Amino acid sequence: MRVVKAIFSHPSGRIGGAIVLLYLVVALLGAVGLTPHDPLMQYRIDRLQAPSSSYLMGTDLFGRDVMSRLMKGVGQSFTVAFFSVAFATLAGTVLGLTAAWYGKRWDTVMMRLMDVLLAFPAILLALLIVTIVGPGTWTSVAAISIVYTPIFTRVVRGPALSLKEREFVDAARTFGSSRSYILTRHLLLNLVAPLTVQVTLALAWALLTEAGLSFLGLGTQPPASSLGLMLSDARNLMEQAPWLLAFPAVAIMLSILGFNLLGDALRDILDPKTRRA
Amino acid sequence: MNYVIRRLKAFPLVLIGVSVVVFVAIRLVPGDSITAMLGTEAGLLTPQQRDSLAIYFGIDQPWPIQYWRWFTGLFSGDLGISVTYGKPVLTVILERFPLTLELALLSMLIALSIGVPAGVFAATRNERPADLGVRIAAMIGQSTPSFVVGLILIYILSAGFGVLPTMGIFTPFWQDPLENLSQMILPAVTLGCAFAASVTRVSRSAMLDVLSDDYVRTARSKGASERSVIWRHALPNALVPVVTLSGIEFGYLLGGAVIVEQIYALPGLGRMVLEAILQRDYALVQGAVLFIALNFMIVNLLVDLAYAALDPRIRLEGR
Repeated sequence: MRVVKAIFSHPSGRIGGAIVLLYLVVALLGAVGLTPHDPLMQYRIDRLQAPSSSYLMGTDLFGRDVMSRLMKGVGQSFTVAFFSVAFATLAGTVLGLTAAWYGKRWDTVMMRLMDVLLAFPAILLALLIVTIVGPGTWTSVAAISIVYTPIFTRVVRGPALSLKEREFVDAARTFGSSRSYILTRHLLLNLVAPLTVQVTLALAWALLTEAGLSFLGLGTQPPASSLGLMLSDARNLMEQAPWLLAFPAVAIMLSILGFNLLGDALRDILDPKTRRA
Repeated sequence: MNYVIRRLKAFPLVLIGVSVVVFVAIRLVPGDSITAMLGTEAGLLTPQQRDSLAIYFGIDQPWPIQYWRWFTGLFSGDLGISVTYGKPVLTVILERFPLTLELALLSMLIALSIGVPAGVFAATRNERPADLGVRIAAMIGQSTPSFVVGLILIYILSAGFGVLPTMGIFTPFWQDPLENLSQMILPAVTLGCAFAASVTRVSRSAMLDVLSDDYVRTARSKGASERSVIWRHALPNALVPVVTLSGIEFGYLLGGAVIVEQIYALPGLGRMVLEAILQRDYALVQGAVLFIALNFMIVNLLVDLAYAALDPRIRLEGR
């Protein structure tokens, strides 16, 4: 609760938090199907209609309602972003904690493996994975989580290494605390702050990557909608129907902006080193 | 120099790891390259013809042998033959690389020439409206995907000025510099936007850190002008994180900006990889991904070394 209060008294946290909340509502409405029209329904007579009272954001080439598709698309993008970041966080935390705790060979092997993954530019690695498994929602999730796992592993391992040497961990050991108790209560709990910041920023990247993959035709597959796909469809029509470009473009930008602002605010609040008087 | 040696020692190991990952990954892609290359004509091949093609491209052998051949070939620059281009892989890659290199250099130039002054400007007006304006602009720039920037630029040009950017052709710089720049400027600006935004943010915060250091106060108290304090005393130290950031970003861009190359139909490295993946051109994907990863690793290594050279605390670590 203290953190939530701090977020809303931090200027960029307030804006970022509000944007993220708004998107969560839209994503939820889109995901459960509470949209103005059916996002897949083709109103053939109303093709390429400019925004009006019946179609708030206009219609596309097939006469589908842009706003409904946008809401559905936000739901889609957020689903991919949340699941991929969740998997990456989980895998990264387990790998980073165990690498720091067991050290020696396990640590070396793990970290070299992460180095190998980090040697690939993110979008290229995602492309490779998508090509192997074939495009689709869950492939995007897998690709994005594999890309971000090494980053989380590093974020966890560094601080965990120094926490491991601290007196309170020695004390817990002499009390006879079990390994899993020390790992979760003493190490993990102390890593919540840096992890929260990383998760928020990773959500912004995940949204960006998902949109990029869909834009290339390797993410969400038509007729389902996603923000990247909508932009890609708008490419050849943007002179006749600029609303096809404008709404998805603003929607993608704002969603990433929201998480970036929130992440920055969280870093200011949770990391005492960057806290400025 | 402990740190440098440790970094150098890990390098070949990671490179071998990357080569194995690439090799295995591309073979997990369903479908075979001969069918992908010939399309429907593949059905007309006799089994003998198919076998001799497989032997020609070296894909008849078991994986470990294929890997060994490929890996030992790397040392003599032999990356195999591209099925789609019918040319040596290295030749194909090196044909595409100049465009990607130029694009990366141009966008870095744009990013640094906008980002550093903007960051310094904002830092010296900390918490005043000008600072806030720069920060908001940088935040928005950082949150806008390159394809959104690209599409908006194309829209503004075509709807506002009635001009369409030239697409699909590439004139090398040494043939016609002006023509080349007119083709490259839009993609470079597109990539440079987000890049400039991160440079702005990093130089602003680094500058703020440095400006509160004791030595800057000393410089001020001995009567140095504000201009000399900022540009001569503070900026060189504030540039250290900017060098790191630009290096890493540059390394990414050397891998080819798949999306931007796709939007502007530029024949660069990124788009070549995308097409090669879709064509199941094993040898080309393998070679290109390895080439890109190697570039990325070398740039990162150089960045680390530069960082160590600029900041003695890192150089002396572990001594």
